[in-house]
Amino acid sequence: MPQAIAAVNDFVVKFANVNGSGSASANELFARSILRMGVPVSPRNIFPSNIQGLPTWYEVRVTEKGYLGRRGGVDMMVAMNPQTWAEDVKEISPGGYIFYDSTKPMPSSMFRDDINIIGVPLTAIANATYTDARQRQLFKNIIYVGALSVLLGIDEKEIQRLFGEQFKGKEKLLDSNAKALNLGRDWVSQHVDPGSVKLKIRRADNVGDRIFVEGNNAAALGAVYGGATVCAWYPITPSSSLAEAFQAHCKRLRHDKETGKAKYAIVQAEDELASIGIVIGAGWNGSRAFTSTSGPGISLMTEFIGLASFAEVPAVIVNVQRGGPSTGMPTRTQQSDLLSCAYASNGDTKHVLLFPEDPKECFDFTADALDLADRLQTPVFVMTDLDIGMNHRLCHPFQWDEKRVIDRGKVMTADELEAGKNFGRYLDVDGDGIPFRTYPGTHPTKGAYFTRGTTKDEYARYSEEGAVYVRNMERLQKKFDTARRIAPQPIRHSSAHPTSYGVIYFGSTSPAMDEALDQLKAAGHHVNALRVRAFPFAQGVEDFIHEHERVFIVEQNRDGQLRTMLMSEFVLDGRKLVPILHYDGTPITARFIAAGVAEKLGQFKVIPFEKAAS
Amino acid sequence: MTYIAKPRLHHPSLVKNKAGYTRRDYEGAVSTLCAGCGHDSISAAIIQASYELDVLPHQIAKLSGIGCSSKSPTYFLGASHGFNTVHGRMPSVMTGANLANRNLVYMGVSGDGDSASIGLGQFAHIMRRGVNMTYIVMNNGVYGLTKGQFSATADKGSISKKGVANSEEPIDLVSLAILMGATFVGRSFSGDKHQLVPLIKAAMAHKGAAFLDVISPCVAFNNHPGSTKSYDYVREHNEALNRIDFIEGREAITASYDPGTLTTVRQHDGSILRLRKLGEDYDPSDKVAAMKRVQEGEADGEVVTGLLYVDPAPRDLHHHLNTIDVALNTLGDAELCPGPAALDRINASLR
Repeated sequence: MPQAIAAVNDFVVKFANVNGSGSASANELFARSILRMGVPVSPRNIFPSNIQGLPTWYEVRVTEKGYLGRRGGVDMMVAMNPQTWAEDVKEISPGGYIFYDSTKPMPSSMFRDDINIIGVPLTAIANATYTDARQRQLFKNIIYVGALSVLLGIDEKEIQRLFGEQFKGKEKLLDSNAKALNLGRDWVSQHVDPGSVKLKIRRADNVGDRIFVEGNNAAALGAVYGGATVCAWYPITPSSSLAEAFQAHCKRLRHDKETGKAKYAIVQAEDELASIGIVIGAGWNGSRAFTSTSGPGISLMTEFIGLASFAEVPAVIVNVQRGGPSTGMPTRTQQSDLLSCAYASNGDTKHVLLFPEDPKECFDFTADALDLADRLQTPVFVMTDLDIGMNHRLCHPFQWDEKRVIDRGKVMTADELEAGKNFGRYLDVDGDGIPFRTYPGTHPTKGAYFTRGTTKDEYARYSEEGAVYVRNMERLQKKFDTARRIAPQPIRHSSAHPTSYGVIYFGSTSPAMDEALDQLKAAGHHVNALRVRAFPFAQGVEDFIHEHERVFIVEQNRDGQLRTMLMSEFVLDGRKLVPILHYDGTPITARFIAAGVAEKLGQFKVIPFEKAAS
Repeated sequence: MTYIAKPRLHHPSLVKNKAGYTRRDYEGAVSTLCAGCGHDSISAAIIQASYELDVLPHQIAKLSGIGCSSKSPTYFLGASHGFNTVHGRMPSVMTGANLANRNLVYMGVSGDGDSASIGLGQFAHIMRRGVNMTYIVMNNGVYGLTKGQFSATADKGSISKKGVANSEEPIDLVSLAILMGATFVGRSFSGDKHQLVPLIKAAMAHKGAAFLDVISPCVAFNNHPGSTKSYDYVREHNEALNRIDFIEGREAITASYDPGTLTTVRQHDGSILRLRKLGEDYDPSDKVAAMKRVQEGEADGEVVTGLLYVDPAPRDLHHHLNTIDVALNTLGDAELCPGPAALDRINASLR
């Protein structure tokens, strides 16, 4: 036997499946059962732009310490796809394990000398029990979950409990799944030495009250809580499940109890141009509205975003980023739409961006974005990505302050108009750059105005006069400065040791960064870290950069887009901002960040703190 | 373009409508379009129709795209909120506005470039979606603001002011609207207010997607021999299928017309359309016949005008979405936010 990796609550299992084979729910069951044992997991879907037949992977990182970023490396491969066999075998770490369907045993030449082989005749077991082809396929997946539960030491009762919750009221399904699970468990118990697999799950208490949810689902719920009533969207990976989740949440939470009528309207538009147009029309008319899309959709929406910005109409756009440019990598993750969103439109325009780190912040920021869009009367982007949006992620439970009320910003009412309050649609009355608006139909004779994308004066009257134009543009800049103050502020993690090095990161990089900081610390490298949560950048971001000799800017794109924005917004010496860039479409890892930072520190001849001290 | 505020002095003799407003209350700023522009006649017809319908001026929302026609909302309904959106995309903005508040009257104004060229997709989709609105295309077959290029509704063979013949097939918005599921489709001529005003009134009262294609000659670039959208051409080739009288549902109906020339259509809201038939027997509720008649007219070189198609019992987008009767933009925290207790239950389901 080759050497065997031994690990408790700290390893990676990767499932290699065929798209459309029903493996997704079995794999999720596997991940959830470990969570129920109090051990954090971080699963990731790696899937093609395809409906059926192509390879798909599900990578589960088991991490007692709660590192939820992608780790890299595979300790056990559950190789269920003959198509990708060779590359799956190749990916296993030395001393790792391959679990496969041994109904037709593979010759030893198909394996590697340095991995451990566990064959379970899944097809034979399924075929002996089920006659229906679909059942054979589906239950084969549950059979492997059963087999793995014995090998890894997952408590069977947790899986049965999950079945109970999933199939509540559907006793027949419950029984048949339980039976399939036991088929796998029994076979392994009788035929495999439990000591042959040294990867083990041990009950722990590290999950706490955290929830396990996808970012898209969370953002959709945030839109419900934030009071969105109009959603217009066009299907595009990886954002489609967001609008669908909004529909599902609304069906449960937003129907009038007496009449059954909907307190929301969802339109699947003909394209992204129409989606954002609908959102802007609704926002103009006083409803909270949002759309969800991805990079190519943003490209299409750009003209309208300029209109909303210049005409000052609230709109929320959730951009679940994927690999670009163009069609790019539709099913891979990136943070590469910062520039296209921040500066969308012709002319001098800047937009508010929010960068959630996980589903919890997807919920918070989508609700906040609806407030911010109303308060600032402008488009607000929630910049999530595929890694957060389409994967289940362990995160803090959603919270909602009972006293929180929807903040519609400066809306002049019929009573105020009637009382003779001066209404200038684009008049800055209190120095924050934000004017009052009225909803159409407010008052019979006062407060009506004409909204347009052309230049206008404080009273919404068309004007191409230079001074009037400049005044308006400067007010918009002032409004942008107000956004700087009221958008989510950055979060700082200070090193225990004084250091002249800093690192700036944002969004889905967060879990990998938490882990990388620990790794760097263990290696004696100390850096302060700042997580940017919004654009325009808060004052704290500029201060952080000035405090440090060098600042690493960690991003998931090729061109260092956040760095470009920092350079553009502040007066900085560019040599100070050192890019660490990951953009192959996979989620960034702690190993990548730590290695990148350590290498750069080496170039700057920084001696690890412990070595220097000794 | 300048903004000239009209004096708001009302002559005491101006007649108030049932809503308490005079015709002046439905007017807008002074037009900056060319003198004699057909669009101004259409604006006047919109003002007249709104006044006669007794709609509260501020309860109308007027939206437009980009172009000469799309500038015209400045020149009517000055007390209404207006939105001059982006080129060819007014339909989506109007859809969103309508979703936000189903209780306003929506008036969309567009041109042939705006709706048939850049905006053809959105034009088609707003019709098939059944947004409750009146959508008017001021159709002159030419790009005025950019000085006389052909638009997509220009007839094949028509000659531009510079003498160039159009070689491309025209897009007939009326046929397209019927095909796409608009439930009220008419065509008229800016120079025929006796036909146009009642058509606009009927369209505004229609509780579904109402489309009016109004031929509106461009005095600057498309009112010369060789143009098929000039005043002379349209007058000579206009074949009016009907003139309609529009009677609101609440009024008693007195039939004083010769029954032989009248057809009555009762809309879902109780309003009555009385068609004074000029053409042969024509039934505007027959969609297939409407398509056929429009195509026949085209083959004969006629501009068939009048109410071409109406579904007396239309269903609009809100019906399809089963939205609540009150405007979505009036819902408050209690109706929109499920609150912390519901969130706790959701959290529990995600563990």
